[in-house]
Amino acid sequence: MKNGAVLTVNDLRVYYDTPAGTVKAVDGVSFDLRPGERLGLVGESGSGKSTMALALMRMHKPPARIAGGEVLLDGVGDVMELDDEGLRRIRLDRLALVPQGAMNSLNPVMRVRDQLADGIRTHEPGDDRDALTARIRAQLARVGLDADVGGKFPHELSGGMKQRVAIAIGTSLSPSVIIADEPTSALDVVVQRQVMETLRSVQEEIGASVLIVGHDMGLMAQIADRMGVMYAGKLVELAPVHDLFTNPQHPYTRLLIESVPTLMAKRALASIPGAPPTLINVPPGCPFHPRCPSAFEPCDSEVPLPTSQNGRVVSCHLYPGEAA
Amino acid sequence: MTAFLEMTNVSKVFSAGIIRRQHTVAVDDVTMTIDEQSPSILAVAGESGSGKTTLARLLLGVIPPSSGEVIYRGQSVDDLSREQRRTYLREIQPIFQDPFESYNPFYKVDHVLTVPAQKFQLAATKQETTRLIHEALDMVGLQPAETLGRFPHQLSGGQRQRVMVARAMLLRPRLIVADEPVSMVDASLRATILESIRRMKQELGISVVYITHDLTTAYQIADNILVMYKGSVVEAGSVEQVIRDPKHPYTQLLVSSIPQPDPSLPWGAEGEIAGDPESMEVAAVGCKFVDRCPVAFAPCAGQRPPLYHEHPSRAAACFRYDDAPTLEGENLDLVFERQLASQPASGSEEQAAN
Repeated sequence: MKNGAVLTVNDLRVYYDTPAGTVKAVDGVSFDLRPGERLGLVGESGSGKSTMALALMRMHKPPARIAGGEVLLDGVGDVMELDDEGLRRIRLDRLALVPQGAMNSLNPVMRVRDQLADGIRTHEPGDDRDALTARIRAQLARVGLDADVGGKFPHELSGGMKQRVAIAIGTSLSPSVIIADEPTSALDVVVQRQVMETLRSVQEEIGASVLIVGHDMGLMAQIADRMGVMYAGKLVELAPVHDLFTNPQHPYTRLLIESVPTLMAKRALASIPGAPPTLINVPPGCPFHPRCPSAFEPCDSEVPLPTSQNGRVVSCHLYPGEAA
Repeated sequence: MTAFLEMTNVSKVFSAGIIRRQHTVAVDDVTMTIDEQSPSILAVAGESGSGKTTLARLLLGVIPPSSGEVIYRGQSVDDLSREQRRTYLREIQPIFQDPFESYNPFYKVDHVLTVPAQKFQLAATKQETTRLIHEALDMVGLQPAETLGRFPHQLSGGQRQRVMVARAMLLRPRLIVADEPVSMVDASLRATILESIRRMKQELGISVVYITHDLTTAYQIADNILVMYKGSVVEAGSVEQVIRDPKHPYTQLLVSSIPQPDPSLPWGAEGEIAGDPESMEVAAVGCKFVDRCPVAFAPCAGQRPPLYHEHPSRAAACFRYDDAPTLEGENLDLVFERQLASQPASGSEEQAAN
């Protein structure tokens, strides 16, 4: 595995076949996930970020299909090549998902402890009953929940508690990679802060790497070590979070940051002109060129290739650097 | 002078259960005024369960208060004649959260614009109606040619929500009640919608009640804010005072929990979160926030704190400020900053609307 990454994504393509044509939801995305890091991935709705998160675990649903690329998981190999049994083995154990809106991802007719036990029993049979109970208790405590939550059904829990249960399940086998898809999108700010603190402490405790997918720039600024920006199925920029916010390179990243209202100063709210393209009809060249204030002559015809500099990757004709 | 819309000691209690009847006080004794002479944007902020949406529905007259009165132009909303109610329904327009649910998918988007225009007889001729619709769409930054004649699913979420703003504007209301209008819209398009809401105040002299959980957008567009916690107003005043320098421990917690889009700023402070933020329990006596308050002291558990008028444009319901006088009559109007409508544009609009 190159440069010790836990997960390496190479030129991943996920397409949807629809009657109207092929939708390139993820179109040649490449990045590394380093040991122990929190990598944030932002994008607007329709940018392909959630499709990609699910495709990394091959949990995408038809009509989505993997149209190319590889996802190399340290010690396992290409996840895209695994058979069903191989996939079953690594899911949860090595590569776990903390889904969006735990309200809909928990089984409504199963007690929390049974949902936690399910994964543990399947992957690591052999614990006797007491050992399993102790493990479930410890796992609930790890995410800040009382042991009696184990005996409850999801509808008896608040939104924040459900999201904690989802984190408890996702981390129950100490996976090396956690994929968190909008883990706090439906929660109030205070609860969101608590849940993110929980996710961070569990992740640090088990030494996992996290890929956090979301749309909230503020949340990403606070939680991520590095951050990627997706637009129209492409990863347009990837950089350490501090660099990205202080010195965004891609015009889309810059405009996106400027459009986020802050408490620092009152100003006329900036917005990005135009609308994101529908992925069925992506503009030729750079997909952002119709909305880009810096577009120049190659932008409407040539697709910019990712170039890398000082640990940052950007796909924009303004930065003709070394190919990444 | 009678105010345009007033709430006097309004409470709303929802009851559920047959044998063990449970009561939830969604809005607890709120008094406020919205007047016409000085249009302003008032943010009503709170988390889920704070009663902010119930407050919106009370203002819109969709639900009646359990006690207290909603008064429209000097008359209780309950006692309006058919004709008055019609005017009331035109003068106060809602904008809802979900830009898809508000449409009938089988009708073209024109439907939401032409039907109210006809119902309220905004124009005498068809050409006149079309002109008004085009004008409203222009105002929210939409091209009529690219918008009309399409079905809701052919527009983006941001465009659909802007059509809703145009619809509200078309009726030349005096007040718009916008319940989380941008929470389902993408970041890059959010600003456009907020900007058109701000223009409504500035150019058309329409007041806005902006219901939100997001203090950042509230700070950006509102003049005044009212922070609710479990049905009660815990802090109110100008946004500058309340958001930049919050006094109630709950407002302080809310403000510091907002993740700022700047990695060098901290996220929250140590020891700030106590208790369970999602608990639905409310103490029968004492401050509603007492279980979660990091600075609670003896009086907090004993009785409910009144609003203390501790700054000319801010009041906080917290005993830490009990050396300040209480807010007279709990009337939130006293802390709200108002500019008088001075733009000539809004004056002429007003005449046109009347």
